[in-house]
This record gives sequence, C-alpha cells and structure tokens, in this order.
Amino acid sequence: MAEPARAKPKPTPETQHFWDGTKAGELRLQRCDACANVYFPPRPFCPSCASRKVSVFKASGKGKLYSYVINHRPAAPGFTPPYAIAVVELDEGPRMMSNIIDCPQTPEALELDMPLEVAFEALDDKITLPLFRPAKG
Amino acid sequence: MRRNQVAVVGAAETTELGVIPNMSQIQLHADAALNAIADAGLKLSDIDGFATAVETPQQMAHYLGITPTWVDGTSVGGCSFMLHVRHAAAAIEAGLCKTVLITHAESGKSMIGKQPRFTAPDSLNGQFESPFGVYGPPSMFPIPVLRFMKTHGITHEQLAMVAVVQREWAAKNPRATMKDPITVADVLNSRMIAYPFRLLQCCLVTDGGGALILTSADRAKDFPQKPVYILGTGESVETPMVSQMKTFDSSRAFKVAGPLAFKEAGITHKDVDHLMIYDAFAHLPLYGLGDLGFMPHEETGKFIADGNTRPGGKLPLNTNGGGLSYMHSGMYGMYALQESVRQMRGIAPAQVPNAKISVCHGVGGMFAASGTIIFTNEK
Repeated sequence: MAEPARAKPKPTPETQHFWDGTKAGELRLQRCDACANVYFPPRPFCPSCASRKVSVFKASGKGKLYSYVINHRPAAPGFTPPYAIAVVELDEGPRMMSNIIDCPQTPEALELDMPLEVAFEALDDKITLPLFRPAKG
Repeated sequence: MRRNQVAVVGAAETTELGVIPNMSQIQLHADAALNAIADAGLKLSDIDGFATAVETPQQMAHYLGITPTWVDGTSVGGCSFMLHVRHAAAAIEAGLCKTVLITHAESGKSMIGKQPRFTAPDSLNGQFESPFGVYGPPSMFPIPVLRFMKTHGITHEQLAMVAVVQREWAAKNPRATMKDPITVADVLNSRMIAYPFRLLQCCLVTDGGGALILTSADRAKDFPQKPVYILGTGESVETPMVSQMKTFDSSRAFKVAGPLAFKEAGITHKDVDHLMIYDAFAHLPLYGLGDLGFMPHEETGKFIADGNTRPGGKLPLNTNGGGLSYMHSGMYGMYALQESVRQMRGIAPAQVPNAKISVCHGVGGMFAASGTIIFTNEK
C-alpha cells in the first residue's frame, strides 16, 4: 500500500500559469496593467480595481517569514510532525502559504521576519510546489 | 436596521451537551428546536421563517415538518447564527415572516450523520493551502498569532491566561464540559498541538446544538419568557484562506462587523455589561477586544491577565466558559448567543448582576467571516 501522500493541487484555467511557472522553476505573480497592484492567488482580473488587463511576471522569489505554526497533531497526510506551516511575505507584496525547508522546525530557528528564498519541490511530473528556505548571504 | 424592533422569545440548547452518541446531527437540530419551541410556548406550526447552517433549510424544514415562507441558509462557519439573527430581524421588520426559528447542531464529537469536511484540490484552498500541511482548524486558526504577538507585544503567559480565566467561569456552570481550575503553568505544560498553542488553548470537541426563536417586539410581550431585544447587528466576510487575510495584526471581518453593530445600537463600549467573543482558540478574545474597539490590541493581553474579564471583573467575558471550557461542537456561535440571551433574561448560571446590554461577537472559518449581535433587556 502506498504511503499517504500530501494533498496535491489541481490547477484551474485561471491558475495554470502559476503551476506552469513552478514546474519551470519560476515563482509567477500577476500585476495589474491599470493600477500596478501585484496580487496572489491568481485570477484574470485585478482584485483592487477590477481591470481585466493584467500581466504575469516572474517574481524575485525572495521574501520574509510573516507568521507560522509548528503543527504537532493532527498531522496532514504526507507530513511528519512537527512541521512548520508558514506564511511568507514576498518582496513584491503578496503573501503565500508554504513550508520552510533546510531549517530546524523549531521556534528558535524560525524567527519572524527572517529572509527566505523560494525553492521548488516536484511532487510529480505535473505539479511542483513552491517552498522556501532561509536566504543565503 | 431600527433598534429593538425584534426580540428573542425562545432560546434553548439540546437537552444534553458533550458526548451524545444516541442522536444524529439532524436529530440534535430537532432536539434543540423542540426545546426552544417549548421555551417560547409555541407550536412548530407557528414557525413561518427558518434559518440554519451546514444542514440545509430544506433538510431541516422537512425533518421538523414546517412550511416556512422565509428561509436563510447562510453558512459561513461558526458565526452563521449571528448572521441569521441579523437577517431574521430584517425579514421580520420587512414583513416577510412573523416568527423565525434558527437552529444549529453538530455531531462534532460522535460524527453521527455529519458529513466530513472536504477541500477540493482545485479550490483556491486546495491549491494554495492544503499542499502545505494544513489539516483541520488547529493547524490553521493559530497561523496569524505569532505575528499578532510580535506586533502587539502579547506574551505566551497572557495567552495562557485566556484559558485560565474562562475555566473560572466554567466552574460556575453545571453544563460546562471542563470545570476543574487550571493555572498558567497547566496551560503552558499541556500537550503541544500547533505551536504556539497547546491543548488547553484549543477549543473542545463536543456534540450539541441550540435554537432561537425571534419575533417582532410588539408581539414579544405576549410570550412567557422575558423578551431579549436586538439592539444592533453587524456582519462581514474576508477570505476563506487564512494566509490571505489583509493583515495578521487584526481581523478585517471583525473590524467591519463589530463597529457596525455598535453604531446601529447607538452605544459606547462603556455601556457594555456583558461580552461574548467566540473563542475557538485563545487568541480570539484578544483580536475581538481590539477589533471591536474596547482597547488597543496592545492592551488586550494585559487586560485579561490582570483579571478584568474574570468573575467579578469589570468586563465579564465568555461567562459560560466559552469554546475552551463550556462546549464546542464545531460552530460555536449559537452557544455564545444562548449565553447572551440567558444573561439578558437574568437566568445564567454565572449571572452578571443587573446586566442590561450584552455584545455577542462571532467568527466563522479561520477569520473568514464575522457577525456581531448586541442584545438588551430594556426597550
């Protein structure tokens, strides 16, 4: 019997560019051509001004640790507790949920506002997740 | 909405609370509904308006055998019932119905006749939160709290005191699930659930239900119970994704719903005799005290730690023991409303002497939604 796997996202037409991006090693965000608002999660209009003229661009992949929990129980399928569930504030402004890798999953190691950089982890040949690690340098 | 035009004339919880393995979820609804009908001295056939959440209005109307001319299936999580009260009051004022029944019940512990929660993998939550290991409310609701603590200078000990003080209230309540006194050390040494929160800072998981009956204020005096009037109401929603809240320093939904209710009621914070703030987890009363405007967020931790919300304190808060100690079937808002009604009737187990105004503030989802109801027993 297969090990229980972590929940796998299923892209929709509006989010496909994001998941194509992570597979290609890019973190893609959207910017409104009318009001310059940068936003996440993906949608084909600006949630600030409602313009449908929006562009996809490659984000820097840099951000900082905004907040987190270290989950002990119950653990999600595919996760070994304790593991941190983090919210990363990207340099471009939007925040996204992720996990912090290459870092002890402890309150001492996980300092709020620590600089982070994106890392990509393939779940299969279709889906690659954007994770984050402590920024080097 | 105009003040004091609609009143609660029936209010009851399920006959039992806690672990109820001999009743399905819809039967828990019915048990609460029949108790509320009896409380109001009515027959089910008197009900012409009906609201409920999770279970559909058609499901419960069929099961109860009622034929409503107004229904509301607003289902935005645990504060759905605050929104039902607000919508019902508007509907009664508009003449769409005369006598509204609102039911909640959940087989949260025994899971009998309750559909499991499911997050579709192509939903926004399924794509952008589930893959990172969120798994039920304890792994999601506390996600903002470390940022809140850092911004506002709140300590772990202060967050532990929320649970300690609410247990003091629960000790006075024979129907509370947990009544034994606890200390800050007990809280901080209890089992880790999702850092920074430990077991005693997370809500209980129980079975139960509750129901309310509302009618116009001019009819309310003909009912057997002391009428409890609706003085002010507010509601809002923000996002189903906790990661996408505008800020973790406060709740936008709270900051919209709460002040709306205060404005409609025409009261100031000094007028509040009794306060309920839905406490699925220990940080919620701190968000609520700040977002509803009782004090700056920075002062909320100290305010509770100093004993201002405990029995005998100047702002009695969560006087049934709250979701942390009284009961929590999954959508606790109904029990907060029930306690506000008991306090306004003057029959609460831990009655606040001479309480005339009660503020009841609810949350839905993980800060996804909010509803605030302000009650009074004076017209």
